[in-house]
Amino acid sequence: MTRKRIATTSLAGCFGCHMSILDIDERFLALADLVEFDRSPIDDIKHISRRCDIGIIEGGCCNEENVETLREFRRNCNVLIALGDCATMGGIPALRNNIPLEQCLLEAYRDGPSVQNPSGLIPNHPELPLLLDKVYPCHEVVRIEYFLPGCPPSAETIWQALVALLEGRQADLPYELIKYD
Amino acid sequence: MTATSESRSPSVDPTLEEVVETIDRHGNERTSLMHVLRDIQERHRCVSPGAQSLVAEVMGIPRVEVEGFVSFYSFLSEEPWGDIVIRVCDDVPDRMRGFERVLSAFREAVGVEVGRTSADGITLTTTASIGLSDQAPAALVNDVPVTELSTDKVHRIVEALRSHRDPKKLVTLLGDGNNAHPLVRSMVKNNLMHPGPLIFSPVSRGQAIRRATRVSPAEVIRQVKAARLRGRGGAGFPTGMKWEFTRASLGERKFVICNADEGEPGTFKDRVILTERPDRVFSGMTVAGYAIGAQEGIVYLRAEYQYLRAYLEAVLAQRRSDGLLGRDIVGRPGFHFDIRIQMGAGAYVCGEETALIRSCEGRAGEPLNRPPFPAEHGFLGCPTSVNNVETYCCIAKILEEGAAAFNEYGTPESAGTKVLSISGDCLKPGIYEVAFGITLHTMLEMCGAEDARAVQVGGPSGSLVGPTDFHRRICFNDLPTGGSMIVFGPDRDLLSVVYAFAEFFADESCGYCTPCRVGTQLILRYLERLRAGRAEASDIEELRRTARTMKTTSRCGLGSTACNPVLTSMERFPELYAPVDDHPDAYRRSFDLPRAVAEAERLSGRTSRGEHVEQGYHA
Ligand SMILES: Cc1cc2nc3c(=O)[nH]c(=O)nc-3n(C[C@H](O)[C@H](O)[C@H](O)COP(=O)(O)O)c2cc1C
Ligand code: SF4
Ligand code: SF4
Repeated sequence: MTRKRIATTSLAGCFGCHMSILDIDERFLALADLVEFDRSPIDDIKHISRRCDIGIIEGGCCNEENVETLREFRRNCNVLIALGDCATMGGIPALRNNIPLEQCLLEAYRDGPSVQNPSGLIPNHPELPLLLDKVYPCHEVVRIEYFLPGCPPSAETIWQALVALLEGRQADLPYELIKYD
Repeated sequence: MTATSESRSPSVDPTLEEVVETIDRHGNERTSLMHVLRDIQERHRCVSPGAQSLVAEVMGIPRVEVEGFVSFYSFLSEEPWGDIVIRVCDDVPDRMRGFERVLSAFREAVGVEVGRTSADGITLTTTASIGLSDQAPAALVNDVPVTELSTDKVHRIVEALRSHRDPKKLVTLLGDGNNAHPLVRSMVKNNLMHPGPLIFSPVSRGQAIRRATRVSPAEVIRQVKAARLRGRGGAGFPTGMKWEFTRASLGERKFVICNADEGEPGTFKDRVILTERPDRVFSGMTVAGYAIGAQEGIVYLRAEYQYLRAYLEAVLAQRRSDGLLGRDIVGRPGFHFDIRIQMGAGAYVCGEETALIRSCEGRAGEPLNRPPFPAEHGFLGCPTSVNNVETYCCIAKILEEGAAAFNEYGTPESAGTKVLSISGDCLKPGIYEVAFGITLHTMLEMCGAEDARAVQVGGPSGSLVGPTDFHRRICFNDLPTGGSMIVFGPDRDLLSVVYAFAEFFADESCGYCTPCRVGTQLILRYLERLRAGRAEASDIEELRRTARTMKTTSRCGLGSTACNPVLTSMERFPELYAPVDDHPDAYRRSFDLPRAVAEAERLSGRTSRGEHVEQGYHA
C-alpha cells in the first residue's frame, strides 16, 4: 500500500494542537508506516513539495501570511482538516475580534500594564506580515472538509479520526472524545 | 408622565426626596418599576447610575436588576438625552417612502449624527416600526407622532422645535376621527379605508356586559366557543379554550391582559381600534373578567402610543362613572372589575405574552419557557388570559349580537372579520376590515396594487409571497396574518427587504437563547455575502440550515419566526438566492483579502503582499 502524504501547519495557534498530535506517543511509529510527512513543523519542510492527500491545520488566520499558507495547503491537499478550536472557530486569538485593530496594537505594544516600551513604537518591520482586521476561522478563508473540536483535541481523538480517514471510513468518535464541558 | 417642560430639572440625578415622592405616587411595588423609571427618564432625560441606586434602595430591588431593566428598554437610557428626542422610524415601509432622505434632512437640520445630541438638547435616533406605516416616513418627537415627512417638513419641524421647544405645538393640522379629540390632538390619520361590519360597527355601550352578566360565566365561554373565535394577535389560538383553562386554574386573583404592544412592523390596526373603538376593547376585557373570574385588567400599551394614553384614561374614567367598570358593574352585586394601563418602553419582544407579563411585573421582558402557560401561571404567578386588542373587540361584538351573527362572516375555521393594516406600494394604504377568506388578489384590488410583485403577509414574522400565491386566502389555515400586509411593487429589490427584516430581528432578539441571538447575526452575515455577490452554494445551504435550526430550537416565537423572511423568500423567489461559482482552488469567495488588510495597511503605512498572496508559491 502506498503511504498517504500528509502536511501540517500551525497558523494563529499555540502549537498545542501539534503537541497533541505528538501525544499519540508510540502510535507515532504506526503512523509513520501509514503516512509520509510533507511540509510540517515536525520535519521542518517549509513548503509543500508535491500534492498531498491530507492537510492538517492548527489555528485560524490572523495575518496575511496565514492566509497565504492556508491557501497553499488548499491548492495542494485533497482534504483539509481544521484541527482544534482556533482552526474551527478562531479560538483564543479571536478574542480580539470585537476590539479595533489599532486599539489591540496600542494595548499590546504601548499601553498594556506589563509593557516596557520607552520608544512607544509599534513593530513594523517589512518582514512582519500585515494583520487582518480580525481573526478568521479556516473555513471562512478556504473550503474545509473536516473539523475536529477541542483545545486541543486529545491525542485519542486525533488518532481515531486520522486512522478512519486513512482507511476511508467514517470516523465514529465516542461522545467522551468530543464533549468539552 | 406628569413632568412638563417647565418642571424639567437640569440635573441628571434626582434627589432622594424626589425618588421617594415618585415611588409613593406609583406605589412601592415591583410592578410600578416601569412607571417610576419612565417618570425619572422624562424628568431627567435619563435614569442615571445614581438614580438607579436610589430606586434600587428605596424599592428594595437588587441594583443590578434596575440596571438590567434600564438597559433592556429602548425608551430608557443611562446616558442623558436632550429634552427633545426625535426617533425616526426605520422600517421597510418607511424605507420605501424616503426614510434615507428624511433621516439625512434631520441630521442636517439638527446638526448631529444618529445617536447624538445637539448642543441645544435635541437627540436624534432611529427606531423600529412605530405603527404609522401607512403615513410613512414618520417619526416620534418625544411622544408626538409626526407623519408623511418630507425634507422640507423636517426642516420646518426642527426650526419650530428650536423656537418653542414644545413638540405638541408641531401639530397644526389634526387627523381624522378621534385623532382630533382634545385629549389626543394628533396629526395621525386613521386611513380607515374599509370599515367592516364587526370591529368598526357602531358600539352600544354596556350592551355586551349586560348580555354577558345575564348568563353564567360558563355560558359566556360557550358562546365565545360557538363563535369559533381565534386570537387576532397572530397565533390564532381559540379564545374560548384559553378562557376555559384560565377559569379552571386555581387562584385567588386572576388577570385579564390586553396586548396592545403592536410591535410587528407594518401593523397599525390596534392603534386605529384604540383610537376609534376603545369602548369596545374595554367592554371585551370586562366580559373576559366576568367569564374567567378576574377582577383586574391591564392594557399593555406600547410606548410609541403614549400619545393615546390620556384619552384612553379618560374613556376608562367615563366607564367607571357609568358603572361599566369598578364595583358591582351594571348593577350586578359582586361583579367587580377594573382596568389600568401599563406602559411599555420600546421592545418588540414584549409583545410575546410571557415577556409582556414579565414586563408588567417590573422586569426585563425576556420570554419564559411555556408550559406553564399564563392561563395557569401568569402575572404575579396568577392565572392570566392575554388577548389581542382586536380579539377583545370580537368578544364584545359576539356578546352584543350573538355567535351566529359573528359566524356569518369568514370561513369555517376562521370565523369573523380581520382588520388588515396595508402599507407599501399601493394607492390606498390604511385599514381594511375584511371577512376572513378573501384572496390576496381581492385585497390587492381593494388597496390599488394590482401590479404587486410580492406581499409580506403577517409582517416580518410571516411570509413573503408572490403572484403565484395571490389566489390564496387570508385565513388561519392558508395565509394567516396578525394584520400586517406590506405590498411590494414591480421594481422593488426584495433581497434588501429580506435584509431589512433580518436587521430588525437581530436588533430585537433579547439574547437569552443561542439559536436566536447567534442565528440572527449569522443570517445577516450570509445575506451580506449574497448582496455582495460573494455567496457560494455552500453559503446558501448554510443560510438555510441556520434558519431551520432557529425555527426548531429557539426559545420563543421571536426566534422561531425570525427566519421566516429568509425561508419564505427562498421558497417563493429562489432567483434571489443564486450563488456564485465556487473558486477553482476552493478559496472562499466571501473572504475579501484586500478588505481584511486595509486597516493594517493604513496603520503600518505598508502595502499588502497582495498579489503574492493571491498566487502563492506553487501557482
Ligand atoms: C415576538 C412576538 C411578538 C408578539 N407581539 C404581539 C403583539 O404585538 N400583539 C399581540 O396581540 N400579540 C403579539 N404576539 C402574540 C402573543 O404572544 C399572544 O399570542 C397574543 O397576544 C395572544 O392573543 P390572541 O390570542 O388574542 O391573539 C407576539 C408574539 C411574539 C412571539
Ligand atoms: S485549539 Fe487550543 S491547543 Fe490548539 S492552537 Fe488553539 S489554543 Fe492552542
Ligand atoms: S428566541 Fe430570541 S427573543 Fe426569544 S428568548 Fe430566545 S433570544 Fe430571546
